[in-house]
Amino acid sequence: MSTDALIDYADATARFDPVLGIEVHVELGTASKMFDGAPAHFGAAPNTAITPTSVGLPGALPTLNRTAVEYAIKIGLALNCQIAQVCRFERKNYFYPDVPKNFQTSQADEPIAFDGYLDVELEDGTVVRVEIERAHMEEDAGKNTHVGGATGRIHGATHSLVDYNRAGIPLVEIVTRPITGVGDRAPEVASAYVRTLRDIFVALGVSEARMERGNVRADVNLSLRPGPDAPLGTRTETKNVNSFRSIERAVRYEISRQAAVLDAGGTVVQETRHFHEDTGATSSGRVKSDAEDYRYFPEPDLVPVAPSREWVEQIRASLPEMPAVRRRRLQTEWGFSDEEMRDAVNAGAVDLIEATIAAGAAPVAARKWWMGQLARKAKDDGVGLAELNVTPAQIAELQGLIDAGRINDKLARQVLQGVLAGEGDPEQVLIDRGLEVVSDDGPLLEVIDATLADQPDIAEKIRSGNMGPIGAVIGAVMKATRGQADAGRVRELVMERVQA
Amino acid sequence: MSTLNTAEVARLAALARIDLTPEETERLTGELDVIVEAVATVSTVAGDDVPATSHPLPLVNVFREDEVTETLDPQEVLSQAPEQEDQMFAVPQILGEDA
Amino acid sequence: MSDLTTLTAAELAQRLASGEITSVQATQAHLDRIGAVEEQIHAFLNVNTDEALAAARQVDEQRAAGADLPELAGVPVAVKDVVVTKGQVTTAGSKMLEGWVPPYDATLVTRLRAAGMPILGKTNMDEFAMGSSTEHSAFGPTRNPWDTSRVPGGSGGGSAAAVAAFEAPIAVGTDTGGSIRQPAAVTGTVGVKPTYGSVSRYGLIALASSLDQAGPCARTVLDAALLHDVIGGHDPLDATSLADPAPSFASAARQGAEADLTGVKVGVVRELTGEGYHPGVEQRFTESLELLTAAGAEVVEVSCPSFHAALAAYYLLMPSEASSNLARFDGMRYGLRVLPEEGPVTAERVMAATRGAGFGAEAKRRIILGTYALSAGYFDAYYGSAQKVRTLVQRDFTAAFEQADVLVSPTAPTTAFPLGAKIDDPMAMYRNDIATIPANLAGIPGLSLPSGLAEDDLPAGFQILAPARADDRLYRIGAALEARQHHAWGGPLIDRIRPQEASA
Repeated sequence: MSTDALIDYADATARFDPVLGIEVHVELGTASKMFDGAPAHFGAAPNTAITPTSVGLPGALPTLNRTAVEYAIKIGLALNCQIAQVCRFERKNYFYPDVPKNFQTSQADEPIAFDGYLDVELEDGTVVRVEIERAHMEEDAGKNTHVGGATGRIHGATHSLVDYNRAGIPLVEIVTRPITGVGDRAPEVASAYVRTLRDIFVALGVSEARMERGNVRADVNLSLRPGPDAPLGTRTETKNVNSFRSIERAVRYEISRQAAVLDAGGTVVQETRHFHEDTGATSSGRVKSDAEDYRYFPEPDLVPVAPSREWVEQIRASLPEMPAVRRRRLQTEWGFSDEEMRDAVNAGAVDLIEATIAAGAAPVAARKWWMGQLARKAKDDGVGLAELNVTPAQIAELQGLIDAGRINDKLARQVLQGVLAGEGDPEQVLIDRGLEVVSDDGPLLEVIDATLADQPDIAEKIRSGNMGPIGAVIGAVMKATRGQADAGRVRELVMERVQA
Repeated sequence: MSTLNTAEVARLAALARIDLTPEETERLTGELDVIVEAVATVSTVAGDDVPATSHPLPLVNVFREDEVTETLDPQEVLSQAPEQEDQMFAVPQILGEDA
Repeated sequence: MSDLTTLTAAELAQRLASGEITSVQATQAHLDRIGAVEEQIHAFLNVNTDEALAAARQVDEQRAAGADLPELAGVPVAVKDVVVTKGQVTTAGSKMLEGWVPPYDATLVTRLRAAGMPILGKTNMDEFAMGSSTEHSAFGPTRNPWDTSRVPGGSGGGSAAAVAAFEAPIAVGTDTGGSIRQPAAVTGTVGVKPTYGSVSRYGLIALASSLDQAGPCARTVLDAALLHDVIGGHDPLDATSLADPAPSFASAARQGAEADLTGVKVGVVRELTGEGYHPGVEQRFTESLELLTAAGAEVVEVSCPSFHAALAAYYLLMPSEASSNLARFDGMRYGLRVLPEEGPVTAERVMAATRGAGFGAEAKRRIILGTYALSAGYFDAYYGSAQKVRTLVQRDFTAAFEQADVLVSPTAPTTAFPLGAKIDDPMAMYRNDIATIPANLAGIPGLSLPSGLAEDDLPAGFQILAPARADDRLYRIGAALEARQHHAWGGPLIDRIRPQEASA
C-alpha cells in the first residue's frame, strides 16, 4: 500500500542522525477504573463495565483511584523520577466518539513524576541512558469497531460501534526526552527501551503489560538531522506500535523514508503515521497542525494530588528489585558469563532458571536444561519457555535424579520427554517407563561374563594394557540393559573380571 | 485584544463542534465582541504575584479505594442512545482520525 | 387554594407526624394546585403524579406501621430539572436532552427518596442553567407568580415560582452565579446557596463545576434549613464534597428565630450597593438592616475592592468550564441526534449538526465564549487572569469576615423585569448576577430572603453571606431577621401574593 520512496538503511544512517522520542502508555492493572468503580478488566461483554462516569452521562463525576496514583508513583520512582509535591489533573478537550465526555482527564502542566532516566541494555550489552521527561496519569478511551469496511478498518466503514468498557481504565504515559547519539542503532534502542519498561511494569506489579492486548502501547517520534550538532528536524509520530519487533521495523522504515524525503530536497511533514504489520511500512495519518487546540484547563471536579513525603518514601521502600539490578545480582550469584546471562535474558529464561535453582538445582545444571533441550523444544513448538509443559520444580527434580546416579544424562532426556508429554513428575515417568539405572552388579556381571566368554581375545588385550576393546564390552552391556547401566560401574566390573 | 470577527467566531464554533448559520455567526460575533470587551478587563486587575485559584475550597488528596462498584445495566443505558447495535452505541462513520 | 398548600414544610411535617394528615393528601393537594396554576406559571417541565403519589403512599404505610421516619418524610418537594432522577425525564431545560430518562439518581435525589419525600416533578430552568430569567428554557419561560408578565429570575425560576405559587412547599435549586438566590429575591421566597461542597454535585448536570452548588428553595428560612439538612452532607462520589460533618441547620434556624443579635456584626458590602441598584430595592434593604440593628446587631461597612472585577472573571470562568462540561452533548450516546442537511453523514458532522440544532442561543454564546477563553494564545489573558481575580475575591472576603460575622447586600439590583426585556442584551442580563457571583467565586454560602415589596409592588431580596462552612450562621441570622420582618409586616411577605394571584 505504500508508495513511499525509501533509501537504503545504511545510507540513511550514514548521512543523517536519527533522533527518537518515545511515548509509552501503560494500562494499570487496578481492580477498578481511574475515576470510577467500574471494573477495569479485559474482555467483558460490550458496555457492561460502565458506570455513569465511564460512559460520560450528564451529571456524573470522577473520583480518583488511590491505587492508580500509587502505581503511577511506583513507576515514577522506578524511572528515577522526581515525584511532584503537588499536581493536578487537567482536561484535554477534543471531540471523538470513543471519548465519552469529549475531553480526556489527563495531566498537562503538572505530571505526577518528572525528570528521570532509564538505563537500557541492548543485546550486545551496550547500555544507553534514556532520559525521562515525565510520567503522568490519564484515562483510556473506549473502543470503536468500524462496520461495513474492510476488516474493521476505518476507511470505507459505514458506521462504527462504540464500547466504553475500556473508557476510564487508568493509564500512565511515559514521555522521553529526545534520544540522540544512537545512530543506526535507533531501532534497537527504541525496542529495547520499551522492552525494559515492560519488564519494569511486570516487576512492579502495576500492569499485566501484555503488548498483544494493548496493555503497553508505544508512539514513536522520529526525526532526522544532518549531524549531531544540527538542530532537531521535523518529526513524525508513529502511533500505537504494539510489539517490540514492530517498533524496530517502524523506526527503521521511518529513517529510510524520511532520509529519502530529505535526500530529494523535500521536507518532512509533521504528522501522525500508522504502522502496518503486514507490509512493515508506515502510512500518513492526520496532519498535526495548530488547529489542534486542546484547551487544557485544571479539572475542577478533582482536587489536587499532594503525595506526602512519607507516602512516597513508603512506596519507595516497597519497590521490588528492578529487573536490571536483579540480573546483575543473579549473574554474580550464578557465576554466569556475560554472554550466558544475556542469552538467558533474551530467551526469557531468567525467572525459570532462578526458580529451578530455588528448587534445588545447581545454576549450571539449571541453565543447561533451560537453554538446551527446553530452548530447542520451545523453538520447535513456537512457544515461549514459560509456556512449556514443565515446571522449574520438575527440572530440579530431574537434575536431582541424575545427581543421585539414578539416571544418566541420556535417560534424563527421555524422562524429560515424558514430563513434557504430560506423563507426570520425573520420578513418576522414570518408574512408569522403567528407566532407572541398573545399580545391581549381578545382571551386569552376567552380560560381562557372557561377552568375555564369546570373545576371549578381548580379555587378553585388556590384560596386556590395550584398553581399546573395553568400549565394545561396555557397549554390549548398555545394549543389553537398554542403556540403564552406569558406564563407570561397568568399566570397573570389566577390569575386575579380566584381572581376576 | 477583544476584536472578534466572523472568521474567528466560525473557527471557534468549529472547535466547539457547533454548526452555525451565517446569520447566527454574524449575530454572535457582535454579541461576543461586546462581552469580550467587558470581560477583558480581568487581565488588568491582578499582578503576577497573585496565585491562581482553580478550586473554591483548598482540598487535596481525595481518593477512592480501588474497589469495584455497581455497574449500569447496558440495556438501560443503550435504550437512551440515538442508535444501538450489538450492545454498542452505533455512531456515524468516523473520518479523519486514527485508524 | 387548598389549605395544605399554604402550609410550610415544617408545618406539613408536624401534621404528618401527628397523623393529622397523610402524605397522599399533602402530595395530592400540591398536584391539584399544580394542575390549577401551571397554565399561567409553567414552573414544571414534568409532573410525576403517579410516582409522587406512590412515594407518598409508601411513606404513609411506613408511618402507619409505626416506623421511625425522618422529619420531612411525606413532605412533597420539587426538583430543578438539572438534577438527574432515575426513571424520570431530565432535560436541564434543553432540547438536547428532550425525553432523556437517566439510569441513575443524583446523590441529593437519593437522599430525598431516603427521607421519604415524594418528588412532585422537575422544575423549569434556563437551558443548562444559563440565564437569569428562565426565558432561555427550550420549553418556554416560567412566569413570576407576583406578576405573570414578568420573569421569575433564573436560572432556577421554576423552583422559585413553584414555591411562590404554592405548587410545592419546598424545592431544590442550583446556584452557579445566583440561580437560587436571584429567583428567590424576585419571587419573594427564600433561597440558599450552600458552601461549595456542602451538597453533593453528583448527578447535577454541570454548568461550571467549580461554581455549581445545589441548595434549597423555600418560603421560610426554617424550611430551607430543613431541606438543606436532608440533601447536604459528605458524598464519596463527589471529590469536592466536604468531609467534615455539618451542624443541624434546622436547629440553627429555630434558635435564630428567637435570638437576640447582640454582639453580632453585620457587614454591608460597599461595592454591592449604589449605582445600578434600584432605589426601591435599596430602601427595603435599609429597612431590613434597621430591623437587624433593632435586634441588637452592630452594622458596619466593609469594602471588597476586587468585586468590581468579579462579574468579568465569572463570565470567563463559567463559560470556560461550561464549554467543556457541555461537550458531552454530541448526539452519540444519549439525547438528540441531528443529521446534517447536506453532505456526508460523519460522526464529526453529526456532532456539529446536533449541537447546532440542540443548543439554544445563550448556550451557544457561552460555549463559544468559553472556547475562546480557553483557546491557545488567550488562556493566560482570560482564564488565567480570571483565576487570579478569584483569588483576590477570596482575599476580600477573608478580610471582610475579620470585620463582620456575616456580610449583607441586596440580592439583585432590581425587582423582576418584564419577559423579553433583556433577552437580546446579554450583558444587561449578566449584570443581574452582580451581587450573587462573588459568593460562587469564593465558594462561600449565601442566603436570600425577602426584604419587602419595592415601589413597583414586586419583591426585593436581602442577601446574607457567611464564611465557608458557616452556613449555620445564615440560618441563624436569616431566621432572626425573618422573625422581625414578620412582626413588622404583620405576617410573611408571601401572604401578600394571594389577592393578586387569585385573579391570575
